[in-house]
Amino acid sequence: MHNLAQYADWAYLIGAVLFILTLRGLSGPSTAIMGNRYGMMGMALAVIATFFAAPNPNVAMIIGAMVLGASIGIYRARTVPMTQMPETVAMMHSLVGLAAVLIAIAAVLHSGEHHDAVHRFELFVGCFIGAITFSASVFAYGKLAAKKWAKSLNGNWVKVVQAVLALAMIGAGAHYFVTESMTSFYAMTGLAIVLGYFWIAPIGGGDMPVVVSLLNSFSGWAAAGIGFTLNNPMLIIAGSLVGSSGAILSYVMCKAMNRSLFNVLFGGFGATAVAGAGEQKEKNYKSGSADDAAFMMGNADSVVIVPGYGLAQARAQNAVKELANVLKEKGVNVRYAIHPVAGRMPGHMNVLLAEADVPYEDVKEMDEINSDFPSTDVVLVIGANDVVNPAAKTDPSSPIFGMPIIEANKARTVMVIKRSMAVGYAGLDNDLFYLDKTMMIFGDAKKVVEDMVKSLTGGGH
Amino acid sequence: MNEVIQQAAEVAQHAGSVPFVSVFTVFVLAIFVGYYVVWGVTPALHTPLMAVTNALSGIIVVGAMLQAVTIQDQAITATSVIGAIAVFLASINIFGGFAVTERMLDMFRKKKK
Repeated sequence: MHNLAQYADWAYLIGAVLFILTLRGLSGPSTAIMGNRYGMMGMALAVIATFFAAPNPNVAMIIGAMVLGASIGIYRARTVPMTQMPETVAMMHSLVGLAAVLIAIAAVLHSGEHHDAVHRFELFVGCFIGAITFSASVFAYGKLAAKKWAKSLNGNWVKVVQAVLALAMIGAGAHYFVTESMTSFYAMTGLAIVLGYFWIAPIGGGDMPVVVSLLNSFSGWAAAGIGFTLNNPMLIIAGSLVGSSGAILSYVMCKAMNRSLFNVLFGGFGATAVAGAGEQKEKNYKSGSADDAAFMMGNADSVVIVPGYGLAQARAQNAVKELANVLKEKGVNVRYAIHPVAGRMPGHMNVLLAEADVPYEDVKEMDEINSDFPSTDVVLVIGANDVVNPAAKTDPSSPIFGMPIIEANKARTVMVIKRSMAVGYAGLDNDLFYLDKTMMIFGDAKKVVEDMVKSLTGGGH
Repeated sequence: MNEVIQQAAEVAQHAGSVPFVSVFTVFVLAIFVGYYVVWGVTPALHTPLMAVTNALSGIIVVGAMLQAVTIQDQAITATSVIGAIAVFLASINIFGGFAVTERMLDMFRKKKK
């Protein structure tokens, strides 16, 4: 067995290269599938090599656990609706976190293996990152799935609790480091789990794209931490790739909201917004019916659809696609404008539209399409609010001032499908809704869009 | 307190027995590779990126397998059972992650026809 073990590192090297190619493949939709296959090959190679590298592996137990895990994973992957992707991804992060904690505990309990100081330090780091990832992701899952138990915490006391927990956790970790006391190790793990909860609990729903990306990053660092403990380069490389990927996504999301990571994690967004709402003026808006809107779009040359979280909530993606098809048949140029933080996770809207068979080329990123708005006849905003709020450009006192927006206000006509005049996530009023050229259409996004389709297909005669 | 300093010294000297620095080199270089490769990912595919990185972090299964071992002729120990549970959790991620990525990418590809 030991002779074969030395080849395991070669297999890990090939596996690591395949993992890099996996991420490389995602640079475009045509190469991505192959990339995913590389990932599978790399993983298979790593697992097979580990069977040879491990001293006396308990093959039956391992394969049994794998088969069980595979059936649950594949079942979930096949059946999950695309609207539920954010919470599914959060759930998966929590699994990695929990696995990291278990591995650290198993390693600590490993009889006949003494852990020197370096190992203890690595175990400590790997375990607490894993524990925080676990509980924070479970809570993020609860929020994204709108579970009742996932209530937000508010108030300054939360920060105090966070600080106390963090210090206590580090203290317990240091005690383990010095004394190898198992009690301290468990105490540290428990404190980290509680800390993870208190860390995410104060963060609001609209900041979820950042949180999900950040936890993605954390799950990678947890894997890398375990890699250090076990001196396994494959774990370290894969963990770092995932870690930096999540970090970049967090950065992109923060930038798209013009906020720092620190502000998202530790600054209460609600407080500033309430202050601004005080000097509310009576403002007039125009509302119209789905029929009116359909008529105008049918006669337009170009229509840009701006989807937001409301589209996902109403599961309106198929109806939207149908509307686009009907308009295209009438010779209208239909495209979609996607803000980076639209939805609850990076790329959420793109996946929903792809699910509804919307052509990839019709879906444009914010920067690509913003210059086209002055020559666009109709913008149809569906369930988006803050990402089209012109105050981000014009009002320096607005909390979202400086955030890049989709410049829907520059189009000739703006139509907004919304359930009511209620404010968006940031708690801000949106001047876009009160423009002379804006028409509000109230109702459930899916129903309104379906009515538009009916009106366009049946109204001609 | 002296003990802490002693332990810290042990950490510093550790490079002798196990080349910690070479492991750390791998770590730092991998971060750089990840950084440059991920910037190349098109924003439209950010959700599949998260799903596939979820599958990749399932590589932690390797660590779990190394715990699910027979120790001193004992097949069932706390270590091996906890290790097997970790194998189970990581497998959900691996199979689920790759499968859901495949499913999403299929949706993006269909439109290319």
